[in-house]
Amino acid sequence: MAEAITHSYLENTGRYKGILAWLTSTDHKRIGLMYMYAMMVFFIVGVLLGELMRLELFRPGQQFITAQTYNGVFTIHGIIMIFTVVIPGLAAVFGNFSMPLLIGAHDVAFPRLNLFSWYLYILGAAIALSSQFMGNGPPDTGWTFYAPYSIQTHTNVVAAVFGAFVLGFSSILTGLNFIVTIHRFRAPGMTFFRMPLFPWSLYATAWIQVLATPIVGITLLMVIAERWLRIGFFDPSLGGDPILYQHLFWIYSHPAVYIMILPAMGVITEIIPTFAQRRVFGYKAIALSSLAIALVGYFVWAHHMYTSGMSITARWVFSLLTFLVAVPSAIKVFNWVTTMYKGSIAVKPPFLFALGFIILFMIGGLTGLSLGSLATDIHVHDTAYVVAHFHYIVFGGVGFAFFAALHYWYPKMYGRMYNFKRANIAFIFMFVGFNLLYFPQFVLGLMGMPRRYFDYLPQFTLGEQISSIGGFILLVGIIIMLVNLFSRKGGKAPDNPWGGTTLEWSIPSPPPHENFDKLPVITGEPYDYE
Amino acid sequence: MTHTETQDYRVYGWVLLALLILTTITITVTWIDLSALTVLVALIIASVKSFIVLRHFMHLKFESKLFTVFVVMVLGIYTLVIALTFFDYLMR
Repeated sequence: MAEAITHSYLENTGRYKGILAWLTSTDHKRIGLMYMYAMMVFFIVGVLLGELMRLELFRPGQQFITAQTYNGVFTIHGIIMIFTVVIPGLAAVFGNFSMPLLIGAHDVAFPRLNLFSWYLYILGAAIALSSQFMGNGPPDTGWTFYAPYSIQTHTNVVAAVFGAFVLGFSSILTGLNFIVTIHRFRAPGMTFFRMPLFPWSLYATAWIQVLATPIVGITLLMVIAERWLRIGFFDPSLGGDPILYQHLFWIYSHPAVYIMILPAMGVITEIIPTFAQRRVFGYKAIALSSLAIALVGYFVWAHHMYTSGMSITARWVFSLLTFLVAVPSAIKVFNWVTTMYKGSIAVKPPFLFALGFIILFMIGGLTGLSLGSLATDIHVHDTAYVVAHFHYIVFGGVGFAFFAALHYWYPKMYGRMYNFKRANIAFIFMFVGFNLLYFPQFVLGLMGMPRRYFDYLPQFTLGEQISSIGGFILLVGIIIMLVNLFSRKGGKAPDNPWGGTTLEWSIPSPPPHENFDKLPVITGEPYDYE
Repeated sequence: MTHTETQDYRVYGWVLLALLILTTITITVTWIDLSALTVLVALIIASVKSFIVLRHFMHLKFESKLFTVFVVMVLGIYTLVIALTFFDYLMR
């Protein structure tokens, strides 16, 4: 045992060397990093596709890609960003790297299953991406694969849909692993209400992964069956109901938003008390609000379908339910802000990104309420307003929380620091660029600019151009951030660079293979700053 | 943990018999015109079969109460999801 802790998890001590040692490793920390590296590649591809769309939209009329190519670009941008980046996102990367450390465990409950999940993730992503290069060209349905068009189009929908199906299995197995780990592997004395709040958020997320993902899995298989066997599930010309597809798709895909955002909220809840050096305000309220979001989040899916032809009664019922889910989210925001009150705040990069998250998530959340309201949604449905709202939540929320988590746990991951000044500059570029990119789209949407159009009327030109310029400022910020983090120029990181009180800061940076020499015994609360 | 508990093999025999009888009933009721209730009746019979399988074959009977809570919670969520979906169809 004493031998085991002398080596960090980054050093190879097993049978294999080099990349093979990583590809066969069942260490949760290595698997977390492997998810991160793969995800970064997908993220960069997704960003470049986004920039391509912004270039095309810089002026009205066709610039350099055709309308059909544009359809393919926004479809694969969505598939990559949703299914391979933000859905696995924080849970796969930081859930794997940090959660066992935070609960005082040697590893997750099923390490081999964990590695298998990563392979499924890579396989699913490869199948989805292969849709670009095989068959009758890239799919042009958008990432939602709405029927009946996804049944009728001659493009390569089947590969993309099947890739998403395989990715779903990876998600289910990771969720299962986390549920069992959190129930069975908590350190002695760590009751549920002594557990840090990031694992709490992962626990709520894991239940959604396990319960909701199978529904989209079978739905996507039904699309394939419909295309090949002409059964008549969704296509009206075959006797099917396209609204049934929308129900089944959103029964998963709305809770999927909480798969993305709950771990992001968990990360922010770790960062705020550390940098305010204050006990988290309303611990139980934050913990239980994660479960409440997960639970209520199951029953709001049809707010995506107000204009689909759904019954009027169902519309107002879902609108009411949608407003309910805002309550636990608001509890979290209130508690983060209150935790900072009278705190001894250290404005360091992780904290800046966390603040950025709160501001952007608030804008995304409040505009979500106007979309959850029946009357306004009918007006702005399928406009750029929805694009702006969605990106404020998914990029402003999940993305900024991911970068906050990366800057927070980076010293623990690699055992070295990064340049704070460059990290702050990157944040400023990203925050300004992000708002320039997406805020004009709220205005454009209210003016009537439809989403997913590759051309527009002249009155939208100014807004589209500000948006495109913002996109490139954001890109510069991302490049500065990645170069700063991965240029390996930072000094050696101490074990506890931020003065945190949770368990991961009590062990060396980077951690040894099995994390703890002896399992810690927990006798108090996790955020004991006073 | 009570994993070591065993069940009399005769119980499995009774379970098999019950499942066969319920399957026969499922097929038989398809010959009766129950109009809108057809799916409901089929779902009720399937639920009884699932309950028997979960309790005896999957040993929920011997496990900690926590597992039962999980199963009930999952079934509750699915029931609500299905109810909300069909609610839309009924109200159109």
